[in-house]
Amino acid sequence: MERRRPDVRTTHTLNTCESLRRGPSRPPLVAHARWKAVSMSYDRNHLKKSGLRLWNDARIRSWATQAVVLLALIAMAGFAIYNTAHNLHKAGITTGFGFLDEPSGFDISLTLIKYSSNSTYARALLVGILNTLLVSALGIVCSTILGFFLGVIHLSPNWLISRMAGAYTETIRNIPLLLQILFWYLAILAPLPGPRQALRFGHLAYLCNRGLQIPRPILEQGAGAAFIALGAALLISFFLIRWSKARQMRTGLRFPAYPTALALTVGIPLLALAASGFPIHWELPILKGFNFQGGITILPELIALWLALTLYTATFIGEYVRSGILSVDRGQQEAAYALGHRPWMTYRLVIIPQAMRVITPPLISQYLTLVKNSSLAVVIGYPDLMHVFAGTALNQSGQAVEIISITMAVYLTISLVISLFMNWYNRKYALKGS
Amino acid sequence: MVRKWTPKPSLPPPVLEGGAWGWIYRNLFSSPMNTVLTLIGAALLIVTIPPFIRWAILDATWMGGSRAACDKVAHSGTVGACWVFIKVRIGLFLYGFYPDSERWRVNLTILVLSLGLLPILAPTFFANRRRQISIGVIGVGVAWALFSIPAAVFVLFFLFLPFGLAGVSFKGRWFSTLTGRFAGILLNGLLSLIFGLVVYLAIKTAGAGPLAAPAGILSFLLSLPLLFSKGFGALAWRWLFLFSIFPAFAFFMLIGGVLGLAHVETHYWGGLFLTLVVAGTGMATALPIGVFLALGRRSEMPVIRILCVAFIEFVRGVPLVSVLFMASVMFPLFLPEGMQFDKLLRALVGISFFYAAYMAEVLRGGLQAIPRGQYEAAQALGWSYWKMMWLIILPQTLRIVIPGLANNFLSLLKDTTLVAVIGLLDLLGIAKAAMADVEWLGFTKEAYIFAAVVFWMFCFGMSRYSIHLEKKYHARYR
Repeated sequence: MERRRPDVRTTHTLNTCESLRRGPSRPPLVAHARWKAVSMSYDRNHLKKSGLRLWNDARIRSWATQAVVLLALIAMAGFAIYNTAHNLHKAGITTGFGFLDEPSGFDISLTLIKYSSNSTYARALLVGILNTLLVSALGIVCSTILGFFLGVIHLSPNWLISRMAGAYTETIRNIPLLLQILFWYLAILAPLPGPRQALRFGHLAYLCNRGLQIPRPILEQGAGAAFIALGAALLISFFLIRWSKARQMRTGLRFPAYPTALALTVGIPLLALAASGFPIHWELPILKGFNFQGGITILPELIALWLALTLYTATFIGEYVRSGILSVDRGQQEAAYALGHRPWMTYRLVIIPQAMRVITPPLISQYLTLVKNSSLAVVIGYPDLMHVFAGTALNQSGQAVEIISITMAVYLTISLVISLFMNWYNRKYALKGS
Repeated sequence: MVRKWTPKPSLPPPVLEGGAWGWIYRNLFSSPMNTVLTLIGAALLIVTIPPFIRWAILDATWMGGSRAACDKVAHSGTVGACWVFIKVRIGLFLYGFYPDSERWRVNLTILVLSLGLLPILAPTFFANRRRQISIGVIGVGVAWALFSIPAAVFVLFFLFLPFGLAGVSFKGRWFSTLTGRFAGILLNGLLSLIFGLVVYLAIKTAGAGPLAAPAGILSFLLSLPLLFSKGFGALAWRWLFLFSIFPAFAFFMLIGGVLGLAHVETHYWGGLFLTLVVAGTGMATALPIGVFLALGRRSEMPVIRILCVAFIEFVRGVPLVSVLFMASVMFPLFLPEGMQFDKLLRALVGISFFYAAYMAEVLRGGLQAIPRGQYEAAQALGWSYWKMMWLIILPQTLRIVIPGLANNFLSLLKDTTLVAVIGLLDLLGIAKAAMADVEWLGFTKEAYIFAAVVFWMFCFGMSRYSIHLEKKYHARYR
């Protein structure tokens, strides 16, 4: 490119000279306000002198351009709407959202709420949204943990594991996500043995080509107490952490708030359970005939999608974490060491809080990408929003326009919520006073 | 008597300080924690890498031409990959269902593309004119040897005409000196039009009907710079050729139906070839559209700005799969009855506009980083908006946003696999189709690992190239 630039520039210098010779050149379409005001008054004078040259007036040109663009757009939209109406009429499809109240007539392999083929399309939509949120949440939690781990060990002074983290990142993120999903689903999980020869993990869990079978907790009378205790523990922890922060700000004394909170959250519900005599038992998966009965089945589609999303997204998160940590000035670390902090406390108190400011925005947009990537479920048949609604429901009802619009609207809403959160976060944690 | 003082020879450094042992100690075992991490890492490597190498290389079946070769090895008890599957089906993986006898057309298109791209991608190496000429000569020779004389003639024309056209200009030479300025413009335009018409009629009478109109239009358009500019450089001409003549050539070469080339419909296209078509077209169209969207988003015209913002934010909020679904399910409804768009074309439009929105956001970041003085200087010179953008602002912006653009190009390349969702058989889709072959059931791992390696090579290459570009511009302009 830069080889071309010199001759082009001379061309245009010459052009400019020429334009100077032949009088005032046209003002730019877009300029900032002051320049525009000057140029336009200049232009008016010019108008008077040289007769009617409407296209030389920047404002008129601007409005004309906008009018043309708007008209073209309206014409295109009108054309598309007319054609759609005509095509739908010919195909005998009634438009509108009335179909949402009709029974869907198809089954879904994974439902977090009550659903049967008699349920409505609206219910199917809800099931799809919940499944999308389920796999997204699982993916976000696991990829964040793995990603932070990768980012930190990539910076480790240990040559071997730092190189291993680098090699992992370079390998995984340069392979398409869809390929990875299909690889896990078709090449790893599908060839697993059937239920009869399932891989066993004690008597608790089994892995076979129908998925992972794990025990199901069955709650009995009195188990509610444990949940109340859990709620109470979370509440106490919340106030404990706030109190410890405030105290540290006031006096500089630290209180191990997070370990205590963890101990409380685990301990109080356990105590409550023990007090009520453990009113909970586990239903183990048992092989009966050709399949497992009891327990919870985690679908292979969910496992493949979850695994691929986690492994793939973690590489990106790892890079953000690494660059975030590197962005903290080295002097900060040295100062903390000079004050006698140990490496872990230096990270915890000095580096991570500053790095988080850099890490969080790309991290959250990566979460957004993960939610959108979860729509790849459609290729392996995990019943997410895309598969259930834009796939099965669309084929079943034929309401293409409505269904695609609703699907896109749902994804847009999720994106909007996440970006609103991000804006709030950025405002809250932006460096103040600069 | 003076005794000369001689120092004792220095002691060797402690074993753990220098040399290989020192390096190992410092980098692997400097603390108990590090030792544990090293041991865990080494254990992980030992558990995963040797079995994989044994499976993929040592115990794999490389020789043979049918499934029997792999089955024989499998019966003997060793578990290894069956690369024979890939070897036998390589044509499918590379070209999809493109007819065997016509595959040279794909090869020729790719040869022309790489010959056209090479001097652009490695401008420093090819700054030397002798090198440019030698790569051109080699290209023509290869085209002659592997394909045919017409192919060689086309390559000759495609590679060497930019040199011939470099600096050529008829601006102000004939009519504008004789007559007034506007009359000059009109007459020059007329001249271009006549040139285009002559080309059109010549090709029409020569009997290649469908070729005539595009060739005429291209000749008209490409002759305009000769008459209206002070002359473009060879590199500019090369870019122009790549974005005008090459697409037309590739279109007719791959689809056929002219000059005795058999017609190959796009549903026969597949494999790596289709991946490259989707990725190449996507990259070549998404960036220009993205430039316009980014400029529109920063425009002072409210209508344009709102439209651009709405489009960009809408597209960035939905997944590509839904856009592809829309392109395949909803888009046909928008068209009048009986009018049909090719499925591949619909997917291409979807991908282009989807990625254009992402490119626009990257470019917007770059545009915002250009100091205001650059705009003001251009305006002070009285330059028009487009001239300012094209010559002052965009070159600087593109240089800043190389990493962001490269990331988007990479995601685009990876996301071409999504066309499999709407039933196009790209490399991934064809891998799935190949393993459904009854004769070759059960070689899923091989197919996906092969596809993964191919994608990895392309993506890794691209990311290295972007790092190289970034460094180059950093060094020169900072």
